[in-house]
Amino acid sequence: MSGLLDRQLLFVTGKGGVGKTTTAAAIADLAARSGKRTLLCEMDAKGAVATAFDVRELTYQPVEVRPNLFAMAMNTEDALREYLRIFARVPLVGRIGPLARTFDFMADAAPGVKEMVVIGKLCYEVRERHYDLVVVDAEASGHIVAQIDAPRAIRELVQVGPVRDQTEWMLKILGDHERTGLVVVCTPEEMPVVETAELVDKVRRTTDVDVAGVFVNRMLSQWFDGRDLEVFEALTQPAAQALLADDVGANAAEVFAAAQLAQSRHLAAEEQLERLVELLPDGVPVHQVPELYTKASGRRVVSLLADELAAVLG
Amino acid sequence: MATRRAARYGMTDLLAAKEMVVVCGSGGTGKTTVAAALGTQAAVQLGGRVLVLTVDPARRLATSLGLGPLGNTAVQVPASAFAEMGVECRGELWVAMLDTKAGWDELIRRHAPDAELRDQVLANPLYRNITGRFVTSHDYIAMEQLHDLHASGEYDLVIIDTPPSRNALDLLDAPGRMKEFFGGRLLKWLTVPYRSKLFAAASKPFTQIADRVLGSRFLQDIADFFILFQTMETGFVARAGEVERLLVDDRTTFIVVSTLEAAPAREARFLADELHRRKMPLGAMVLNRTMPVSVRRPAVVKAAAALRDVSANTAQVRALAKASAAKPAEVSRVLDEVAERFRDITVVAGREAERRSELESAAPITAVVPTMASDVHDMAALLTIGQHLANPTPR
Repeated sequence: MSGLLDRQLLFVTGKGGVGKTTTAAAIADLAARSGKRTLLCEMDAKGAVATAFDVRELTYQPVEVRPNLFAMAMNTEDALREYLRIFARVPLVGRIGPLARTFDFMADAAPGVKEMVVIGKLCYEVRERHYDLVVVDAEASGHIVAQIDAPRAIRELVQVGPVRDQTEWMLKILGDHERTGLVVVCTPEEMPVVETAELVDKVRRTTDVDVAGVFVNRMLSQWFDGRDLEVFEALTQPAAQALLADDVGANAAEVFAAAQLAQSRHLAAEEQLERLVELLPDGVPVHQVPELYTKASGRRVVSLLADELAAVLG
Repeated sequence: MATRRAARYGMTDLLAAKEMVVVCGSGGTGKTTVAAALGTQAAVQLGGRVLVLTVDPARRLATSLGLGPLGNTAVQVPASAFAEMGVECRGELWVAMLDTKAGWDELIRRHAPDAELRDQVLANPLYRNITGRFVTSHDYIAMEQLHDLHASGEYDLVIIDTPPSRNALDLLDAPGRMKEFFGGRLLKWLTVPYRSKLFAAASKPFTQIADRVLGSRFLQDIADFFILFQTMETGFVARAGEVERLLVDDRTTFIVVSTLEAAPAREARFLADELHRRKMPLGAMVLNRTMPVSVRRPAVVKAAAALRDVSANTAQVRALAKASAAKPAEVSRVLDEVAERFRDITVVAGREAERRSELESAAPITAVVPTMASDVHDMAALLTIGQHLANPTPR
């Protein structure tokens, strides 16, 4: 595909529990490996990106977690402070009290402004070319449209004024398909597949942001196909199972039951993958990422997944 | 000789004792399915009128319950759906879907002092923006609906499947935040007439910043909206207080759903601790989509490894080949493959075992639901899950 990593701003989203953060981290890791100066930004302050890189805690100030790869955690108050300094030219010395109140105010009373300030920070990093690529571990699929579409929502809601003026350049970056893309992560299960299709549809209908690709994580590998599958099926039949029970004991049945479960899960996953491809509009690339059978967590998993992504993206 | 122990207090007892069940946990753990299975179990075993209020049901799930697209109004799962499975349903199972926008509109209709104000709020662009676009408003509405349905007196048991939150705590905090919002200085300041605001020196720095960021026009729009909104303060605050009390009521119980993957398990643990801290009753922990525990039994692991010996034993392979109408080489290959892949399964099961032991102590009841061969989307599967939920966990 026309290089996912050649873009400058990638939002990575997905339903909870599908591996969104690890995928975002792996994309950033892969970009950094190829020599791109990369920023990875965690949006929801849950600390998942920090866990992925085995660092204690991330702050608004990016730190280099491996060569070329900088990681930060979004913080709305810091983002607002920076926004005020750069765009509203508000002197901030000794103004912490009002600032905190302004922040609360935005969260409660002026919905969308907070989201816009945050998106503004990301777009700003892109506009100023501080990094070759900014990867965002974005909000989960239920919230992502509100997040990436905040500048447009503000433009509709606010007729005149300084906030509205700032939306123009942000929208230009967000709507530029060469520069910005949304990556949707899912797993081959019914609900994630349905939600992914619905999200892609919604993003294409209501925003100008390009859907750069869908990653189907945890594709369970096939144990057997063709002739081997037939032989496997035959071996699960009573005649063969009786022999196996003699050979290795009654527990052979448990082993074969587990194998059958894995095989069924694989078939179900394949079915869901097919459905996803059917439901998605043409032109949205779908990538399969295999389940990683490893007990490692943190940086090692990111690294393994980055290897897989390298293979998948070619 | 085994002595018969007194039946342990289990999930069915919990459902029998409570009137409201809040099913929570991180996204992707199968909350919707568990909520539906709990409802099914309660209707079948306990009888009475049971309502499952769901957020976004898998469409096939709705269809398989004999239901069309779900709306804000509850529909009954037809008795035939149970009869077809050869199950007698003692009670009634009702299902409804949470509609945030409709929920908000309903609140406004209820609390607006008159029809004119009501229509003004409903037509206000800021109102539409808050209710439609910004999802945090789901949390409050979910709790509000739970309160309403319970208060309606129409159901013996209401089970609510909670919306995906940024943070599981948002849900628990939602009523409190709603109260704070009306009591807060922010709203007071906003709704003071514009002229006196100009003279209030104390708020000057704030006004300056807000004005720089938002512009005076937008500020005025916001103020106008909140002046409208404030007319409903009394009703809203009283209501939020009732909803808040409901969460610590002893007729309510929380059921946390988690898989045994790292992130959901961490969140489940955190949620359990927070519920405890807030004195909100955690009734049960559901560990969903787990690997069968048997795959970790040493004897089973040994049997899997022994398949390699079989595959190297000419006589045994030949006998198996004959029994399965296959060539010996094929049998050897498949046996080796089964032995090899089984090790992947053991790795996953081992990972799960540790998290499982951590979560098992969190709640009085732990139910373990094994991973199913296919996605859950029919009554048969719901009944099976219901049985796993109801049966005591083998430790």
